[in-house]
Amino acid sequence: MSTIEEARSYLENYDGPDFRIMEVCGTHTHEIFRQGIRRILSPKINLISGPGCPVCVTPVSFIDEAVFLALEKGCTITTFGDLVRVPGSKMSLAGARAKGAKIKVVYAPFDAVKIAQENPEEQVVFLSVGFETTTPSDVIAVKKAMNAGLKNFSILTANKTMPGAYEAMGKSCDAFLYPGHVHAITGTQICKDMCDKGVSGVIAGFTGSELLTALAVAVKKFGEGKPFFVNCYPRVVKDEGSPAAVAMVERFMEPCDAEWRGIGTIPMSGMQLRDEYAEFDARKKYSVPDLKPEYKTACRCGDVLQGKITPNQCPLFGKACNPDHPVGACMVSDEGACSAFYMYGGDL
Amino acid sequence: MSDVITLAHGSGGRKTSELIAELFKKNLGNEYFTADDAAVMPKPEGRIAMSTDGFIVSPWEFNGGNIGKLSICGTVNDLSCMGAKPLYLTCSYIVEEGFPVEDLEKIAQAMGETCRKAGVKIVAGDTKVAGKGQVDKVFITTAGVGVIADGVNLSGANAKPGDKIIVTGDVGRHGTCILLARDEYGIEADVKSDCAPLWDAVEAVLAVCPEMHVIRDATRGGVGTVLYEICDQSGVGIDINSEAVPVAPEVRGVTGMLGLEPLYLACEGTMVMFCPAEYADKVVEALKQTEHAKGAAVIGEVTAENKGRVVMTTSIGGKTYLPQPGNELLPRIC
Repeated sequence: MSTIEEARSYLENYDGPDFRIMEVCGTHTHEIFRQGIRRILSPKINLISGPGCPVCVTPVSFIDEAVFLALEKGCTITTFGDLVRVPGSKMSLAGARAKGAKIKVVYAPFDAVKIAQENPEEQVVFLSVGFETTTPSDVIAVKKAMNAGLKNFSILTANKTMPGAYEAMGKSCDAFLYPGHVHAITGTQICKDMCDKGVSGVIAGFTGSELLTALAVAVKKFGEGKPFFVNCYPRVVKDEGSPAAVAMVERFMEPCDAEWRGIGTIPMSGMQLRDEYAEFDARKKYSVPDLKPEYKTACRCGDVLQGKITPNQCPLFGKACNPDHPVGACMVSDEGACSAFYMYGGDL
Repeated sequence: MSDVITLAHGSGGRKTSELIAELFKKNLGNEYFTADDAAVMPKPEGRIAMSTDGFIVSPWEFNGGNIGKLSICGTVNDLSCMGAKPLYLTCSYIVEEGFPVEDLEKIAQAMGETCRKAGVKIVAGDTKVAGKGQVDKVFITTAGVGVIADGVNLSGANAKPGDKIIVTGDVGRHGTCILLARDEYGIEADVKSDCAPLWDAVEAVLAVCPEMHVIRDATRGGVGTVLYEICDQSGVGIDINSEAVPVAPEVRGVTGMLGLEPLYLACEGTMVMFCPAEYADKVVEALKQTEHAKGAAVIGEVTAENKGRVVMTTSIGGKTYLPQPGNELLPRIC
């Protein structure tokens, strides 16, 4: 594809076998809607918004744990803003705040460390969510707190890794639009291994033209009938990734099973702090009980994340569930499939 | 005069007179400026427009202006949007006890200078001093009267399918500037507020297109909110071309980092205009001849379809809705 016009025209006019491609990065989801890409694609190309928004896949039990720490243990919860409105089984963090809990929104994990430093009388807990892209900065925050000798800083982990999700979701699509920033950290070997296992995909960047190009390459490769992998974001993603970031995470964290909202538990798809850093692990530090919430809802976020339905096929979409009153996590974050669909008119 | 404002400056006594004479009259004085209970001016010819606006921006001083300049531009621009030549303003200050007199003078100077540029006169004012902590530094309310030329009929309900939509300059600068001034994100960038009085731009536009349908100041909520307001008021749809929306590179940089849409950031010297298509080129040309509208551009048009929605054509030729205006992004932006 030498030009964007060619890529667009190819995608508009594609008339081969039906092709399902799943993006597994919240920023991709947001950009795909914001750029109106779905409307450009031939009806034979089906884009599925997979589980790539860290807020969307964070389970109800995690919110309950954070609420427990805030209300029962009196901790100051520091978090990215999106998580504040995600419903838990009893209440969201916004609800806990209304009951007097201290919830502070931060823009980076280091800000949470700073809050702990400046308020030695407070027990500060940072909600550590996200994928390979953001986990390095979470562990650097722990390292910073450790070096500063802080005794009042810890993190509640719900960090996740992608390879498990690729395997779990591999049957829901014909190919993945791999998340560029995740692979900027982890490198491309994972994708090559997936290809060997028969799972196809392309790594994509984040601008409109990068997304169109990657999609066009995927559709073309799909037509060749063999599993494929192409790195369409080489200006950022190197084969070796960022070994320094990977090593930093490995020093502090180890894999664990993880629950994904709406999908269930995916073995070894989470990251938790190693035992030697237990004093920074809020779960251990405050003996957080194993919360297994009963949570019934008509929300079909899980089916949306697995590409079984589009957001507007959920009975709550745009009615009981909207960005002002989100029922499901996918409606909370700007990166959530439901929120992006609602805001940018996915059915336009 | 003392260094800081005290409760005595608001008592109406000698200290108040001192403040008026040495600070306000010096900077804002003109033939109608009065020490009496009300100003008396000749009656203008034609219909008049009247408007009022309160200003509580934090911080009170920012890159490209201060609350004084803003308080003049706000009311001057509101009047201008109705096609009214701004004539007279009043201003009311609420100052926190302990506010430096030197800073209040800076504010008065900026107001005087902006009034002279906009060709408008402050004819009456009031100063109240609130105790420490009862108000944050300084709040200003201005009200103004302007006169509308015969034949000019502007309203948010006048947009018609086929109208071209013009912005008078690049969008989102004031909001970005205030966001940076608050220093909450740890981002450094040189973004200057677009804060400016725009009567000369409106006058130039009405001279080439007296049939102009809508002019609106894109303040709080930015251009995006104006577009949705006009859709509603006029019962039409709007198509905009995202590539055509002028955004300064520094604003694009900051908003890109924070995931903000420049169309939803406040402007204080940028208007949105809707005119019959055949006038669009002339209007843009006229705007470009004025001091504060050199970046004027056509960004889209009014449609009979998609009533109540703003549809955006993206850089790669996709179509999406411009998201509906959301919650207030930043409090105390103006």
